[in-house]
Amino acid sequence: MKRIITFLVVVVVTTAVMVGTTPSLLKDINLGLDLKGGFEILYEAQPIEAGGKITKDALQQTAKSIEKRANVLGTSEPDVTTEGTNRIRLKMPGVTDENVVRQKMKEPATLTFRSKDGTEKKADQYNKIELYGNEFAEGGASYHPDQLNQFYEVSIKVKDKSKLADITKRLLNKELAIFMDDTLLYAPVVRAVLSDGTASISGGYTKEQAKDLSDKINLGALPLKLTEKYSQSVGATLGQLSLEQTLRAGIIGSLIILLFMILVYRIPGLIASFTLIVYTWLLIAFFYFAGVTLTLPGIAAFILGIGMAVDANIITDERIKEEIRSGKSILSAVKAGSKVSFRTVMDAHVTTFIAAAVMFGLGTGAVKGFAFVLMLDLIVSIITNIFFSRYLLHLLVKGNIIKSPKMLGVKESEIRAL
Amino acid sequence: MRFKWDYDFVKASKYFYIFSIALTIAGIISLAVFKLNYGVDFSAGSNVDVKVTKNVSKQEIEKVLVDAKLYQKDVLITPGTGRVNIRFPEVLSPAQEATLKDTLAKNVDKSASAEVNTVDPEMARELQQNAIYAVLLASLGIIVYVTIRFEWRFAVAAIIALLHDAFLVITIFSILRLEVNLTFIIAVLTIVGYSINDTVVIFDRVRENMRFAKIKSHADLHDVVNKSISQTMTRSINTVFTVFIASVCLLIFGSESIRMFSLAMVIGLLCGAYSSIFIASPLWYGLKGLQKNVKTKPSKTTT
Repeated sequence: MKRIITFLVVVVVTTAVMVGTTPSLLKDINLGLDLKGGFEILYEAQPIEAGGKITKDALQQTAKSIEKRANVLGTSEPDVTTEGTNRIRLKMPGVTDENVVRQKMKEPATLTFRSKDGTEKKADQYNKIELYGNEFAEGGASYHPDQLNQFYEVSIKVKDKSKLADITKRLLNKELAIFMDDTLLYAPVVRAVLSDGTASISGGYTKEQAKDLSDKINLGALPLKLTEKYSQSVGATLGQLSLEQTLRAGIIGSLIILLFMILVYRIPGLIASFTLIVYTWLLIAFFYFAGVTLTLPGIAAFILGIGMAVDANIITDERIKEEIRSGKSILSAVKAGSKVSFRTVMDAHVTTFIAAAVMFGLGTGAVKGFAFVLMLDLIVSIITNIFFSRYLLHLLVKGNIIKSPKMLGVKESEIRAL
Repeated sequence: MRFKWDYDFVKASKYFYIFSIALTIAGIISLAVFKLNYGVDFSAGSNVDVKVTKNVSKQEIEKVLVDAKLYQKDVLITPGTGRVNIRFPEVLSPAQEATLKDTLAKNVDKSASAEVNTVDPEMARELQQNAIYAVLLASLGIIVYVTIRFEWRFAVAAIIALLHDAFLVITIFSILRLEVNLTFIIAVLTIVGYSINDTVVIFDRVRENMRFAKIKSHADLHDVVNKSISQTMTRSINTVFTVFIASVCLLIFGSESIRMFSLAMVIGLLCGAYSSIFIASPLWYGLKGLQKNVKTKPSKTTT
């Protein structure tokens, strides 16, 4: 009796937890671009100066500044990753207008502060480069209302104090123009010699202008030059459609599998069906906590992972049937069956896990992502389809619920007499 | 469901060897002559998937492309229900992409939503190479583990079966001229995982039966292998059935973008089950038979 109560409590509590958490888990799971819609660009980085080298540091720095820029666009969680020695992948879910992204990403190719050196032919020409964008302190620029609260000004901070002091001394009361590539943005006049590395730029800017300028300075110049290598834009509706179709396919497939399990294996099949649902739920929970981004092949692999989990159950239940047929009592058949099949399933899982781990270690991009989901699949499968299944089945057998071999899907006539 | 499998798998294996070797040779020839039908992922160009709410004909799209000055020689237009696929052999510039979207919305369908894939083939090729490299090294990992847990003969047979399955799927895709794209690579990886899982389960039973068997002759060994295969047959069929159902559901009801993936999975699954039973197990028998302490005696008819 105690065991039956334990069984019921475990099943009811697990079901309640699943029902209670699934909606929020599903809501918060990260969907990949192919599901959510968005824009993806793969950049290849080259050193700005010929013959320069791309260091890991510089690549990461560039990735960071790309991320900052993507954040400025105000989209939901841009995902920037470095790949190999010279690539940066930018994913922006929810972005539908990729032209804006491309523009913004390319825009601050080189930010420079320039002065006149006497060779200029036109008024808006400034030929001497005084400061490069990457000489500014990271995130050092900000904008705020000026003292009269009439206009806005921009505070900046440079890394090399003495350099700024030199420049401001030399250019006192002269213009220090701000260029983005070869486009003149603003041409403020130096009003004082600045020795503490900070300066404020004022020139009757509106709030928008000031924000724009401080953003641009913060974004700085890219340490590396980027060329677009690959891009993909996915219309969100199309992604939604793909997701719905794939999910529906998965649900239909799963229902057939569950029905099959119950028909063929009866009570163990019922338990297998329950643990398969728990398996799916736990996997989604793992996805959630590991911050896995689900993509279309990921979902497909996930549904197929269910196939492997079913196999674990089939191996165990089939083995129990075999033990019953050989004339064992139900209890000893379940015990022996679980014990022997445990080794089989573990060996199969560990072998596949090793293959997945190697792929994860060596793979890039999609290969790596696939291997990661596969590893999660296998771990969760061991927890639910081996240990949890066995626990539930043993409770039922010891609680004397399973009385006849029929409940295990074995006909009396198949049982060999001892 | 219960099956009796009194079939001499080992004896029949030579026909399956011939079948598999023939397919492998056909695959090598097909790959050498026709190569794979690489999709847009593997060849430079732009692939545009447009979702539309009404039926659009090929001519309509062609006209739109000509009007928008986007027409390219060899552009491939495939209309389908609810969507149209346009494949440009030359990469569209961002400006052209925008023009295309605008024109489609204006002239074809207001609510047209387009998915544009612009691809540098180098990326896909690199991923393909990476996948091959990863599978080969993963095989080494499998060999080490299976050798420790079982013995090296199992490891060798399992790896041959695994590579056989992967290659067979590639062969079938090559012969049937099915499009190979990035998800195909993932499908092959999945098949590799499935194949090894399937083989290990049967080998586990062989190992178990070997423990209780007194092997004095090839005939005894022969029996053990046959017995192990038939004992695991119900499981093999049930598992293949369920996973097969899942893949077929994906193939029929799943989204267009994973169709080739599902197809590769369905084919790979059947290959995986086939090779575990008809290739891997007999191979192990062959290897084991070479061992010195197994004396060759005229083999009796097996039961």
